[in-house]
Amino acid sequence: MRVVIAEDLALLRDGLIRLLEAHDFTVVAAVDNGPDLHTALTEHKPDVAVVDVRLPPTFTDEGLQAAIGARAQIPGLPILVLSQHVEQLYARELLSDAEGGVGYLLKDRVFDIGQFIEAVRRVAAGGTAMDPAVISQLLARQDQSGPLAQLTPREREVLAEMAEGRSNSAIAGRLYITEKAVSKHINNIFTKLDLPPSSDDSRRVLAVLAYLNGQ
Amino acid sequence: MATAPHHRAGRLTTLAYLFLLLSQNIAALLLLPLVLASAILTLFWIGLPFVILTGTLLRTLADSQRRTLGHLLPKGPIPSAYRPIPPGGLTRRGTTIITDPGTWKDLLWLIAGTANITLIAIPGALIGHALYQLLFALGLAGNALYNTYAPTTLTDQLILLAPSALLLTLGLVLLPPALDIYIRFNRLLLAPSEKARLTARVAHLATSRANTIDTQASEIRRIERDLHDGAQARLVALGMHLGMAEQIVEQDPHTARTMLTEARETTRHALTELRDLVRGIHPPVLVERGLHGAVHALALTHHLPITVTIDLDGRPADPVESAAYFAIAELLTNTAKHAHATQAWIHINHGRNRLVITVTDNGTGGADPAPGSGLAGIRRRLDAFDGTMNITSPPGGPTIVTLEIPCALSSPKTLPSSATD
Repeated sequence: MRVVIAEDLALLRDGLIRLLEAHDFTVVAAVDNGPDLHTALTEHKPDVAVVDVRLPPTFTDEGLQAAIGARAQIPGLPILVLSQHVEQLYARELLSDAEGGVGYLLKDRVFDIGQFIEAVRRVAAGGTAMDPAVISQLLARQDQSGPLAQLTPREREVLAEMAEGRSNSAIAGRLYITEKAVSKHINNIFTKLDLPPSSDDSRRVLAVLAYLNGQ
Repeated sequence: MATAPHHRAGRLTTLAYLFLLLSQNIAALLLLPLVLASAILTLFWIGLPFVILTGTLLRTLADSQRRTLGHLLPKGPIPSAYRPIPPGGLTRRGTTIITDPGTWKDLLWLIAGTANITLIAIPGALIGHALYQLLFALGLAGNALYNTYAPTTLTDQLILLAPSALLLTLGLVLLPPALDIYIRFNRLLLAPSEKARLTARVAHLATSRANTIDTQASEIRRIERDLHDGAQARLVALGMHLGMAEQIVEQDPHTARTMLTEARETTRHALTELRDLVRGIHPPVLVERGLHGAVHALALTHHLPITVTIDLDGRPADPVESAAYFAIAELLTNTAKHAHATQAWIHINHGRNRLVITVTDNGTGGADPAPGSGLAGIRRRLDAFDGTMNITSPPGGPTIVTLEIPCALSSPKTLPSSATD
């Protein structure tokens, strides 16, 4: 799987290269600034890109802008954005094209190598990987008297896991329940939130995220 | 400059302000004997409390006249520059009032009250009389003019029209110059001398500088403590775990593995703490997106629906952005904690070289900038920028807080936006 990496700190960049190459990814480009990232994304059209939000030359949100810009040119280009802090604002901007193939995680999530690699693969496959911090803020923000209040605690857990982008089997594994139970919970959630049912996993997640974002 | 009061106010509004000025002058005349009495009593020492009372009243009255004149002057209100009345004993307070040159200048204004009233009363009386005579001539105001002259024929009555029209014109012609002289005269009396203005300015700067230094010092102490007890301690623990794992990895790989897991968790905690700390010092989103993006981001994470409208043609300087951001964050926290609101609005724009921020909520009101409260903290921090905070929060709500910070905007970039988050 071909991957582009954008990270300006050499230590982290080398770490990411080593980590991904150890898991059968081919790093086709590793860049350390915004303009190079844009070129690398549009020229290599990688299977997935792992991008730091803050990059030179401006040290602002160069990486995020390059990612959004590249996705405008190549719709659905899978990009996983890493950052030292998460902002609902950025999550919302990344999700606004409703294309899927998007991830937004705190840099700390790299610690859990298994889960991180799984997230990269998921994004590459057109799914989503949203940081638990983003999702818990979204859930906390929803009006407590709204439809979300009708969910049982278990359904809420399933909703959070699903919104982070996990598949039914992954949710089942994490919550120690059967896959059948997971799909039953998901059906209930969709009924209670009045969302159109969808058999496509990633479409379903995007619908949930759009709902939570109030879009 | 005072020749054209209509630059700032329409004719009717000017008339309304004229009445306000007049009533303030009448109040001043009423206050004069009280001031004199308290001055005489002070000679026998017992007048000191009265001096404090009348002195404070005098300041309030003179300040309200300054503000009213400000509506008629193109430059805005006349600044007032009194020595702050210190807390403490009667003698200290009384002495401050008596020795303040501002008090003596105000006294002069008080005495000039008669001249002021006459000045406005001349055209006023002319217009008043002319209107009355006009109405009388048209048969709309009784049978006898001032109950003395009752014209017998219609011609006699109509003859009265001519002088009344003449007097009305005279009154209207005299009014603007009279008002002009009034404004010039009173500005001269009420504007503080350059020295008094600078003295007051220096006193204010000294206070706000001391406050700024205090605030910064306590912030730095807090950061030091957080780093010392948080991230630093966690890194020590991390090093210990790694060292121990290294030692036992061959004999007991299972325990070594547990230690490594613990080391990873410790790193995660340290990062979380550092992240929170950074957010409190200078939020990354402020660096990345400026005030515009940071306020939108703030609104997105708040549990109330917040409508943000920002109309800025550029960015304020970094320190101003940061102060504005933290002030807004604090106001929103207050709203969430105390107001029982269901909706809030943030409006930011820039005009007359000031960044103007309004934060409104539909809560229960009663916001009080008591010393030690978050609101008082905001006011103190804005003070470093000569910024101001105004709170309107009647019981029952709504609460409207307006922040103004003098500043220029850089880079002409238009960022108009409006969104409900």
